[in-house]
Amino acid sequence: MHNFLFGIFPYIALGVGIMGSVARYDRDPFTWKSSSSQMLRRKQLVLGSVLFHIGVLVIFFGHLGGLLTPIWVFDALGISHGAKQLLAVVAGGIAGIMALIGGAMLFHRRWTDPRIRKTSSVWDIAILAMLIAQLVLGLGTVFVSLGHLDGHEMVKFMSWAQGIFTFDGAAADHIFNVALVFKLHLLLGLTIILVFPFTRLVHLVSGFAAPIRYLLRPGFQIVRSRRQTALPKRNANKSTTAE
Amino acid sequence: MRVRAQIGMVLNLDKCIGCHTCSVTCKNVWTSRDGVEYAWFNNVETKPGTGYPTDWENQDRWKGGWERTKSGKLQPKQGAKWRILSNIFANPSMPEIDDYYEPFDFDYDHLKSAPEMEAFPTARPRSKITGERIEKIEKGPNWEEILGGEFSKRSEDYNFEGIQKEIYGDYENTFMMYLPRLCEHCLNPACASSCPSGAIYKREEDGIVLIDQEKCRGWRMCVSGCPYKKIYYNWESGKSEKCTLCYPRIESGNPTVCSETCVGRIRYLGVMLYDADKIEDAANMEDEQDLYDAQLGVFLDPNDPEVQAAAIADGVPQDWAKAAQESPIWKMAMEWKVAFPLHPEYRTLPMVWYIPPLSPIQNASEAGAIASKDGMPDVQNLRIPVKYLANMLTAGDEKPVVTALERMLAMRSYMRSKTIEGVIDEGIAERVGLDARIIEDMYKIMALADYEDRFVIPTTHREQVEEAYDLRGGCGFTDTNGCSTGISKGSLFGGSKKPLKMPTEAM
Repeated sequence: MHNFLFGIFPYIALGVGIMGSVARYDRDPFTWKSSSSQMLRRKQLVLGSVLFHIGVLVIFFGHLGGLLTPIWVFDALGISHGAKQLLAVVAGGIAGIMALIGGAMLFHRRWTDPRIRKTSSVWDIAILAMLIAQLVLGLGTVFVSLGHLDGHEMVKFMSWAQGIFTFDGAAADHIFNVALVFKLHLLLGLTIILVFPFTRLVHLVSGFAAPIRYLLRPGFQIVRSRRQTALPKRNANKSTTAE
Repeated sequence: MRVRAQIGMVLNLDKCIGCHTCSVTCKNVWTSRDGVEYAWFNNVETKPGTGYPTDWENQDRWKGGWERTKSGKLQPKQGAKWRILSNIFANPSMPEIDDYYEPFDFDYDHLKSAPEMEAFPTARPRSKITGERIEKIEKGPNWEEILGGEFSKRSEDYNFEGIQKEIYGDYENTFMMYLPRLCEHCLNPACASSCPSGAIYKREEDGIVLIDQEKCRGWRMCVSGCPYKKIYYNWESGKSEKCTLCYPRIESGNPTVCSETCVGRIRYLGVMLYDADKIEDAANMEDEQDLYDAQLGVFLDPNDPEVQAAAIADGVPQDWAKAAQESPIWKMAMEWKVAFPLHPEYRTLPMVWYIPPLSPIQNASEAGAIASKDGMPDVQNLRIPVKYLANMLTAGDEKPVVTALERMLAMRSYMRSKTIEGVIDEGIAERVGLDARIIEDMYKIMALADYEDRFVIPTTHREQVEEAYDLRGGCGFTDTNGCSTGISKGSLFGGSKKPLKMPTEAM
């Protein structure tokens, strides 16, 4: 069972998460959106959403970098495992609390405001509940981590995560005897990846892509043409906002 | 120089009777769907008033349009790109649905299903969002119709700037006009500029500004970015929507629904040729009052053979270049200078222009002693203050508005003299810088307004840019998702589907 949950389920989750997203983007781009409800109720959204998103983004990149950066990189940089864990606990703790406060505000708004409640899909509510549960579990692991600040537990998770991505068949063994709260946190995390393409979470991908495209776009304006052959060069050498 | 063609519109406010036919026909065609019940791609406001959405002209609040920075750079009023991106989690300048109105419907069924009771049954309102009872409707799409509401609220209208507005609260001095509004299909659209996804674009062939529904991700920056508040967030689909200038009709040479159905025949559609390379400079004039003139400078004279040649070289179809010569927009905006852009100070170079309305002579009791200038009433005595119109149409510059009003008065005076007294008085035309032939042309187009004079719309030449063989067997207009019907009920990926109703086997 342990091997299935932490050795095989990660591949199912990642597979469905990635393939589902590709299929959705290709098949039904119209449904790819942030599903913002700001138009219907501004109250609690501005503060809640900003806190939640910034917190979650810090945690997201923290996990990504923390789990997937090979241990020898930290060793080469002279960062001890204990120091890395302390950084993770402090930064993750602060971001987690931010995200939890923001998420609680958003959930309260979504659950109690009749406009938002009536226009929410089951997944809109479920995914927010899952994310909040995940934040609670994640913050719960901090208390366990405080019991062993030398970082050896953390290294187990790094080995596991990197093992998954390097197709190490024994990856699950690394975390066989970690605390239950960690295991629950991992399982819920993998489940969120699994359901990712079926929820509004897909807007995360656009959220990462949009700034790049927007900032790289020359000028501000976009003109679309059906023309298949390019027009001759213009008479004056001048760039415009209209291009 | 890069010549492009655009379908422009002029609305002759002098003839608008405020019947809302444009709004209703538009709504029936485009926004009678879930999520956009509150949205009116076309609406008619009574001015003075705060409009729809309330206070839309207050750009300190909504941050719509463009601004010229201290260093002389042109950027959206919402800020540079990084600033817009930083608001992606929550847009601080976005209106809430209550700034428009909470959409409602009435319990009509109760009228016939109510049990026997002492009082007549009534149809009470219900929210179209929650389905819950609304005890009191606080706002609607045209809440200030014919000066509804108290003056103190209505007078928050931004066009009162620089006017001693208190006297217009008096019954004797009050004035009103109608302002039908739709997307301006700007040359320098602020909505497109604020879209991080790049979903909003301007069409090269006819200048129509559209939102790619498959690329829109619902970041909502366009809603605040548009100074006219003509981008609507569909709260059901999570995408922004806007006036399409009825492009399927325009492409086939037909006027938009609002124009076609206009009872007062106030709407005109025609081609304008413009120089795309001049847009940035024209939108970036230092003095706001120069923006109107600068936009005139962007348009190219279709009667100039060089412009015609350049247009053809730049891929404008022959009949479009020809149609530009017949364009009523060109005549009213450029030749007669009676039409003006709405709020040029937003720096978007709007392409829906307005002819200011004449109004009764102020103080009718003194009708015998009307101040007149050269045999015509002084436009400063018109009931609608010229400054008010100028604030709306020329960033406060009264001179062009005065000229336009005088020309319209001259047209009336000339035609009255001609048809009633049988006297052709060329002097009237000359006093406003026109000649008799032009006045009669104005009369034909602005007063008689025959269908073919109002709408000079060449068809789109898809055949020049598309391979017809590739399109053969295609699915025409679809609701995204390839050739499927797109809307899905209980789809794996959300959204609701209305499958095609196929005939079923009858046993």
